[in-house]
Amino acid sequence: MNKQVVFQTQAITRHYEMGDMVVHALRGIDLELYAGEFAVILGMSGSGKSTLLNILGGLDLPSSGQVYYQDLELSQASDKELTDYRRHHVGFVFQFYNLIPSLTALENISIVTEIAEHPMQPEHALELVGLSDRMNHFPAQLSGGQQQRVAIARAIAKNPSVLLCDEPTGALDIETGITVLETLDVVNRELGTTTAVITHNASISDMAHRVIYLNDGQISKIQQNETRISPHQLSW
Amino acid sequence: MNTLDRKVFRELWLIRGQVFAIAMVIAAGLSTVIMSYSTLESLQQTRERYYQEYGFADLFASLKRAPIKLVQRIKQIPGVVDVDARVKAPVRISLENVDDPMQGLLVSIDHQAITSINKIYLREGRMPDKNLQTEVLVSEAFAQPHDLHAGDVMQIIVNGRKQTVHIVGIALSPEFIYQIAPGVIIPDFSRYGIIWMQREALETAYDMKGAFNDLSIKLTLEAKQQLIIQQLDSLLKPYGGLGAYDRELQVSHHFLSEEFKQLDSMGSSFSFIFLAVSIFLLNMVVGRIIASQRDIIATLKAFGFSNRVIAFHYSKLIALIVVIGMVIGITAGLILGNNLAKMYMEYYRFPYLDYQLQIKVIVYSAGVTLLAALLGTYISIRKAVLLQPAEAMRPEIPARYNVTFLESLGIKKYLSQPSRMVLRHFERHPIKAILSVLGTAFACGIMIVGTFFMDAMDYMVETEFKLSQREDLMVSLINPSSYKAIYELNNIEGVLRVEPYRSAAVKMYAGSYSHRTSIQGFSKNNHLHRVLDIQNKPVNIPETGILLTAFLAKKLQVQAGDQLTVEFLEGKRLTRQLQVAGVINQYIGLSGYMDIDALNQLMLEGRVVSGAYLAIEDGAGYNTQAYLKGLPQIAGVSEKKSLIESFYATVGDFILTYIAFVTGLSVAIAFAVIYNNARITLAERTRELASLRVLGFTRGEIAYILLAELGLITLLAIPVGLLIGYWMSYGFIVGLQQDLFRIPFIIEMPTYAYAILVVICSAIISGLIVRHKLNQLDLVSVLKVKE
Repeated sequence: MNKQVVFQTQAITRHYEMGDMVVHALRGIDLELYAGEFAVILGMSGSGKSTLLNILGGLDLPSSGQVYYQDLELSQASDKELTDYRRHHVGFVFQFYNLIPSLTALENISIVTEIAEHPMQPEHALELVGLSDRMNHFPAQLSGGQQQRVAIARAIAKNPSVLLCDEPTGALDIETGITVLETLDVVNRELGTTTAVITHNASISDMAHRVIYLNDGQISKIQQNETRISPHQLSW
Repeated sequence: MNTLDRKVFRELWLIRGQVFAIAMVIAAGLSTVIMSYSTLESLQQTRERYYQEYGFADLFASLKRAPIKLVQRIKQIPGVVDVDARVKAPVRISLENVDDPMQGLLVSIDHQAITSINKIYLREGRMPDKNLQTEVLVSEAFAQPHDLHAGDVMQIIVNGRKQTVHIVGIALSPEFIYQIAPGVIIPDFSRYGIIWMQREALETAYDMKGAFNDLSIKLTLEAKQQLIIQQLDSLLKPYGGLGAYDRELQVSHHFLSEEFKQLDSMGSSFSFIFLAVSIFLLNMVVGRIIASQRDIIATLKAFGFSNRVIAFHYSKLIALIVVIGMVIGITAGLILGNNLAKMYMEYYRFPYLDYQLQIKVIVYSAGVTLLAALLGTYISIRKAVLLQPAEAMRPEIPARYNVTFLESLGIKKYLSQPSRMVLRHFERHPIKAILSVLGTAFACGIMIVGTFFMDAMDYMVETEFKLSQREDLMVSLINPSSYKAIYELNNIEGVLRVEPYRSAAVKMYAGSYSHRTSIQGFSKNNHLHRVLDIQNKPVNIPETGILLTAFLAKKLQVQAGDQLTVEFLEGKRLTRQLQVAGVINQYIGLSGYMDIDALNQLMLEGRVVSGAYLAIEDGAGYNTQAYLKGLPQIAGVSEKKSLIESFYATVGDFILTYIAFVTGLSVAIAFAVIYNNARITLAERTRELASLRVLGFTRGEIAYILLAELGLITLLAIPVGLLIGYWMSYGFIVGLQQDLFRIPFIIEMPTYAYAILVVICSAIISGLIVRHKLNQLDLVSVLKVKE
C-alpha cells in the first residue's frame, strides 16, 4: 500500500519547567501519520499524548527534533506560518470543548468558517453532528455532549486536512461519547480527513486503523488493526 | 457584522456593570478636563472680545487735578492713539429701605468728546440726556441686588452734598468687569456701585470745572508702554499724579487675571490628577479583563486567528468602553462647563458669554485616554498571545503558595482556614494585590483632594477674620486726616474701642523686583486688628522697619534684614529706604505693615490717620453704622460680618462650586474602582470558591473568603489613600499661590473621615452586589467546565 505521509516526527522531545521541576513530557518520538487514516494515540494520564497532539497541531513547539506536516517543518515554522497552518489545515477538538461562551452554537462555527478558505456552511456542519435544532443556543444552554458535538462541527466546518481530537469523549458519558465517536468516524470515512484521536480509553482503539501506545513520553508499541469495529459496538 | 465583532458586543453587554463603572472613571477624568478648560477658555475669549469691542484702555492714571488742556499734550506722546480724561469721585449712596452703608464711584461721561475708550454697554434703558444733569447710569452688579431699574430714583452724597439722581439705564463697562471697591479684596456688589454721570454735572458736584483726575489711554500696538508710562508720570507729577499703570495693575483686569490663573491652576491640577488616575485604573482593569480571557485567546489562536486580528479584536472591545466613557465625559464636561461659566458670569459682568467648545482640548484629552487604554490593551494582549496556545489553554500551573509572613509570626493558630486562604492569596499575587490596593487608594486620595478645599477655606476665613481682623467695623476716611477723627469716633455711642490705621499706596522695589501695593500703619498695641506670624501667633509691630506678607517677601526676594526701596504714590511722593523687619502670615491680600507713627514720619506727615478699626457693643451695630454713614468725612464703613458673607458668596462660591463638581466626580471614581475590583476578583476566583461549595462550605463561608479579600484590600488602601490624598492636595495648594489669596494647606479630620466613609460604603455596596452574584451562580456547573 502506497501510503502518503501527512505527519512525520523525528526524535522530538518536549520538556516544561514547572517552578523548580523539569517535566519531560516527550522523550524522543519518531512517528508517521498517513493520509486518510484514523489513528488513536493511547496512553495514560501524563504519558505525553496531549503534548504530542499539540505539537502536531502547531499549538506548541518541541524542545528538540523535527516535525513535518507534508513539506512544512512545523518545528522551524514562524508564528505566521503556524497561524496559516492552523487556519487552513487543522481542525481541533478539545477535551473541554473550548467553545466561546458569548457566541451561539452556530456563531461558534461561523467564527471559524469566516476565516477559512473552503469552508462548508456552518448550518451544514451542525447538521452533520445532528444539532440543527440547537443552532441558536449558547454553550451554557447545551449539555456536555452537545457542546462537544458543536466543537466537532466547528473543527470539521473548515474542511480541514487533519482533525486532531484531544480526549473528545473524556468529559462525556458512554452514550454521548459513542455519538461523538460516530460523528468522527463519519467525517473520517466520508470526507477522508486524517484523524488523530488521543485518549486514555483503550476501548476506543478498536475503531482505529492504527493504535499508537504512548508511555512516559515514548512510543511503546504501534498496533495495526486488521478490522475496525464501528463506534456503536464499542463498550467501556 | 462578522462573528468576532458580535463577540465584542455580547461581551460588552455581559460585563455591562463593569463597562459602566470603567466608563464612569473615564467620564470623570474627561469631564474635569473639559469643564475646566472650556470654562476658562470661554471666560478668556469673552473678556478678549469684550475688551476689543468696547475699547478697554491700555494705560491708566489717576491724579489730583489737571486742566483739561493737558490732554492735548498727552495725545502728542508717540504711541498714544486716544485719551479719555474723566472725573472720578467717591460717592455715598442712599437707597430707600436700605440701611447698610453703601459706597460707590462716580464716573463722568462726556457728550462732547466721544472716545472709543471704555465704552458703555447698556443692559437696559438709555444713555443720559445731555441736557438733563440729574440722569445717571448704574452698574448692573449694584443694580441687581437692589432691584434698581431705569426710572428709579436714588440719593447720592458727593463732596458732602446730597443730591437726587434719576436712573435712566443699567450699564456694564470693560473697566468694571470685576466690580470691587478700592483697597478691598472681596467684592461686595450690594455695597459698592459704579454710577456714570454727565461730565458737567459731576464737574459741578466735585468742584472740577475744566479739569480731570483720571486718564484712560489707548495705545498703538507697537507703543512702548514703559516709556509712555515714564513720560506720563513726569507730565502728571505737578498735578498730583499717582503713577500711570498698565492693564496688569488695573483693578478689574488684575482680579480677573488672578482668578483666571487660579481657575487654570485648579483645572490643570485636577485634570492631570483625574486623567492620570483614570488612565491608571483603566489599564489595571483592561489588563485583568484580558487576563481572564486567556483561554479564549488561545482557542482563537488554535483556529488560526493571527495575533494581529486578536489584538485588534480586544482593542475594539476596550475602545468601545472608552468611547462610551468619552461620550458621557464630553457631554457632562460641556454641560458642567457651561453651567460653571454661567455661574462665573454672575460675578464677572460681561455683556455676553462666548461659550467655547474647546475642540482641541476634547481631542487631546480623549485621544490621550484612548491611546493609553489601547497601549494597556496592547501590553496585556502581547502577554497573552506570546504564550504558545497549548500552554495558554492548560490550566495555569498551581501557584506556589507559602505560609505567609503573618502566619509565620505565630498567629496561624488564630486564623481559620479561609482566612489563611485570603492571606496566602494576597502574598502569592503581590503585584495584583498592590495594584488593587493602589487603585482603591487613588480613589480614596482623590476624594480628599476633592474635599479638603472646604477645610482650607474655612481655616483661611477663621484665621483672617477671627485671629487677625477682629474688629467689627472698618471705617475709612475720605482723606487722611488728623487724629481728632479718632477721638470723635471714640465718642460715638456703642463704640467700645477705636484703633487708628494709616494706609499708603506704594511701589516697593528690591533688586530687579517690584510690586505695587500698600503699607498699613498700626499702633503698637493693637488689640483688634493684628498681624500674625507664620505660626499664626499675634506679632507686635516693630518700632522701625517693615513687616511683609510672606508671599510678598517671596515675590520681592527679600527676607528679614534686607533693604527695601519704597516709593510712596501719594502725599509728598517720597522714595525711602526701609529695612524688612520680618515676614508675617496673611492668606488674603499682600501688604507691608509698619508702626503708624514710623509710617507718618517716613512720609513726612504729622499724626495722620486713614481710618480706624472699631469694636462695637453687641446689638449696637445697626445704629452705629447708620450714624457713621451720616458723617460727611467718612468714605466707607465695612462690616466684618458682611465681609465674611460676601467672601463665601463670591470667591468662596467659585471654588466651592467647582469643588462640588469635582467631589461628585471623585465619588464616582471611588465607587467605580472598588466595584470593578470586586467584580474582577469574583470572576477570577469563581472556580476556586465553587470547589469549596462542593466540599460543603456554606454560601456565607465562601462569601467570606471573597469579601474578606475585598475588605483587606480596602483596609490596606485607606492609609495609603490618605497619604496619596495628602500629597496630591499639597501639590495642589502649591500651584494655587497668588496675590489675591493663598489657600492654606489644611486637611481636617472630617475630610479624611469622609473619604474613608465613601471608600467603605463603596466597598460594602460592591461587596453586597458581588455576594448577590455569588449566591446566584450555579456553582456546581462552574466546576464542570474546564478552567
